[in-house]
Amino acid sequence: MNRRALLHRKSWAVVALVASHAAFAGDDQRTPGVAVLPKYKQECTACHVAFPPGMLPAESWRRLLGNLPHHYGTDASLDAATVNELATWLSANAGTYRRVREAPLEDRITRSAWFIRKHDEVSAAVWKRPAVKSATNCAACHTQADQGDFNEHTVRIPR
Amino acid sequence: MTHSSLIRHVGAVLIAGAIPIGVHAATPADLQAAYGALSGTTTIAPDRGQQLFTIRHGREWSCASCHGAVPTQAGKHASTGKPIAALAPAFNPERFVDAAKTEKWFRRNCNDVIGRECSAAEKADVIAWLRTLK
Repeated sequence: MNRRALLHRKSWAVVALVASHAAFAGDDQRTPGVAVLPKYKQECTACHVAFPPGMLPAESWRRLLGNLPHHYGTDASLDAATVNELATWLSANAGTYRRVREAPLEDRITRSAWFIRKHDEVSAAVWKRPAVKSATNCAACHTQADQGDFNEHTVRIPR
Repeated sequence: MTHSSLIRHVGAVLIAGAIPIGVHAATPADLQAAYGALSGTTTIAPDRGQQLFTIRHGREWSCASCHGAVPTQAGKHASTGKPIAALAPAFNPERFVDAAKTEKWFRRNCNDVIGRECSAAEKADVIAWLRTLK
């Protein structure tokens, strides 16, 4: 490969890298980086990973918090003071960028168009593996999910 | 005030009053005793607690669905798959040492498993059974 072609290729690699970064984090730097409210971690991670607040719009978080006694088939009720504290933080850190602006079906992160697109190479059989079980179980494959890191380089799909 | 909210109110007051407030203020024995006193029952029965814990109550889940039939080791959340640390206090010193946390989880999980809140007697029975696991 001559020098010019190599340069051309390199510049494309940079463009691709920047573009893929922008696809999720670029227009909302808070998504992976926001410091998790201790109360959010304490209460919500008893049952599931601490879903980054930027993955749902404020409207979805508001509905979720307004209906915790009926939270996707379980009673996740909390006292009013805790609900208020979570609501303030989630509303301040909710997703506002283009892909997250619209509330997904049932306010489920896993029904968002961006989520479905990003997982389109994962076959139905993989989702059904006992170690995965549910699309809600981020940490089954995203090994750093509990740190709020969903980078695909840390993905390990269990057998 | 409805019957159930009265029970909840009295329970919160009694448990909060009977047990020093703090993060690790109570012991499983304290909580069992407080629920026992609240229920007015003279007999606390670990085997009834085991049965309540293990069987299904006409719904999808039993307590054991997430905690395991003998919760001396980690269980797994039935819908999210997230690990749940052992529930038996001999195997997990963080269990049943906080009255508010204990009340919160009994409220939620009895609603999920039985479709109503558990009575003080039922809570005392369950804690009594869990304390027999060594």
